[in-house]
Amino acid sequence: MIIETVRQQLQGLFPASPEAAPITGGLDAQEGQKVEKGGKEAPRVDGIIERNYVERGYHLDVQLAPDQLLAAVGILFDCGFFIETITGVDWIKDQQIEAVYDFSRYDFDLCRIVLRTRTPRSQPVLPTITGIYTGANWHERETHDFFGIVFQGHPHLIPLLLPEDADFHPLLKDFKA
Amino acid sequence: MNEPVVLQPDETFVLNVGPQHPATHGVLRVKMTMDGEYIYDAETVIGYIHRMHEKMAENRTYTQYLPNLSRLDYLSAMAYCHGYVLAVEKAAAIEVPERAEYIRAITVEMNRISSHLVWFGAFVMDLGGFSPLMYAFDDREQILDLLEGVTGSRLTYCYFRFGGLYNDIDDDFITGTRQFLKRMRKALKMYRNLVTNNIILMTRLKEIGPISADMCQRYGATGPVARGSGINYDVRRNEAYSVYPEFDFDIPVFTEGDSYARYNVRMEEMEQSLRIIEQGLDKLPDGPVNPEKKIKIVKLPPGDYYTAVEAGRGSFGIRIVSDGDKSPYRLKLRSPTYSNMHLFDEACRGMLIADALAFMGSLDLVIPEMDR
Repeated sequence: MIIETVRQQLQGLFPASPEAAPITGGLDAQEGQKVEKGGKEAPRVDGIIERNYVERGYHLDVQLAPDQLLAAVGILFDCGFFIETITGVDWIKDQQIEAVYDFSRYDFDLCRIVLRTRTPRSQPVLPTITGIYTGANWHERETHDFFGIVFQGHPHLIPLLLPEDADFHPLLKDFKA
Repeated sequence: MNEPVVLQPDETFVLNVGPQHPATHGVLRVKMTMDGEYIYDAETVIGYIHRMHEKMAENRTYTQYLPNLSRLDYLSAMAYCHGYVLAVEKAAAIEVPERAEYIRAITVEMNRISSHLVWFGAFVMDLGGFSPLMYAFDDREQILDLLEGVTGSRLTYCYFRFGGLYNDIDDDFITGTRQFLKRMRKALKMYRNLVTNNIILMTRLKEIGPISADMCQRYGATGPVARGSGINYDVRRNEAYSVYPEFDFDIPVFTEGDSYARYNVRMEEMEQSLRIIEQGLDKLPDGPVNPEKKIKIVKLPPGDYYTAVEAGRGSFGIRIVSDGDKSPYRLKLRSPTYSNMHLFDEACRGMLIADALAFMGSLDLVIPEMDR
């Protein structure tokens, strides 16, 4: 099963807390509390969480620091994953923007992996993964359009879907048309 | 015929294809740096009809967003609605009656055939053969009439509801569809004799625009583009959603990776869709098409959810991030043509411009779906 192989390799990125990560459904429980308490929950610790595929639609949920991103993406590329999409989520309460990377497989060893990383909202900067997945080019340009995340090292970071002179980022929660 | 060309980058000029060029089938622009008749470099410019469907999702409820889905890919709208209702049903744990799922599969497959027929006609017309378009649109008209009868619309369907359907199908639809199956099988045989085995078509498409499996992985290409490159990937089979596991159908895969392979994948797919529709009609269970308890306000538990379906052009994915409210906190639409078109820039280098347009047609572009 590819899921075990990938998990072991990704686990190598988190040497500090090997035992904290593999709690199944840990975040789901936390999220439930979060709503009741009104958003006072501590932010999620970096690591791997195994998700219920039937409920969530993906198997591994990996949160990592921006500097671990390239290593993780490289592991997925070597394991034969293809890139589904890249997107962002504006967590305005935490003053952070989350970038979400979706990966999947062509073969019948079904495994969907989500990588997520957070960057400060005031100055969102992430490394580009176009060096590994060429197809990330447009996805990163789109994420730059909508959220203003600057992908460092991107070969051609100009507006893609928005007009060429666009200086606004419409998917930010405080965007007013 | 297709020997590698030594390009001379100091003698180039820029050629704008589009945004109003008939071969791009929509407002798509490709800035081609040409060396004579050969393409030295190309840059695709998209976004001319961007409408920000993702922002629209954030300021309306889940139910109010239903009509938006059919405005993405207006040719195979049914599959996109299917993806969205499946995503919400999965997250909100809504049960769907079996009959409704069967009808969903039948209508999605009919829509897939009508979508492929438009591609077929337009593609062959791009290559200079006008008549197949007329035949294809005649066959497609039958599907549109049948679907209009049950859904009320001809292109931008909004037929699926959370937990079921807008209404049940009637006997007219069933008899009409059975007649259509007979007609379409005959028509496909004719297309094969008239077009697929045509020597002019073969020379225009064979070895044109080869895409390797490695390239598909780097760009995330799915659908007929990936299956034309020897990748046996179809979400209907790989993830087996809805009632697709109940049906006996094949996934056509061709290993050549050229435009002719992609052409053949779609032609075979139409036959497989006919098989699915036939089995669906045979197995169609009785019962309600909507849940007993009416679903009024849909709220998803906090968290994020990913769902993919096989649309006419590849894997269509939806990511919903919910904070427990009536409308999504964030909704991301992963459209297949977006990834499929992206590889055009790299793949068309060194091609003759006439071949590049044939190659572009074989990718089966729908611009509103790419621009969203």
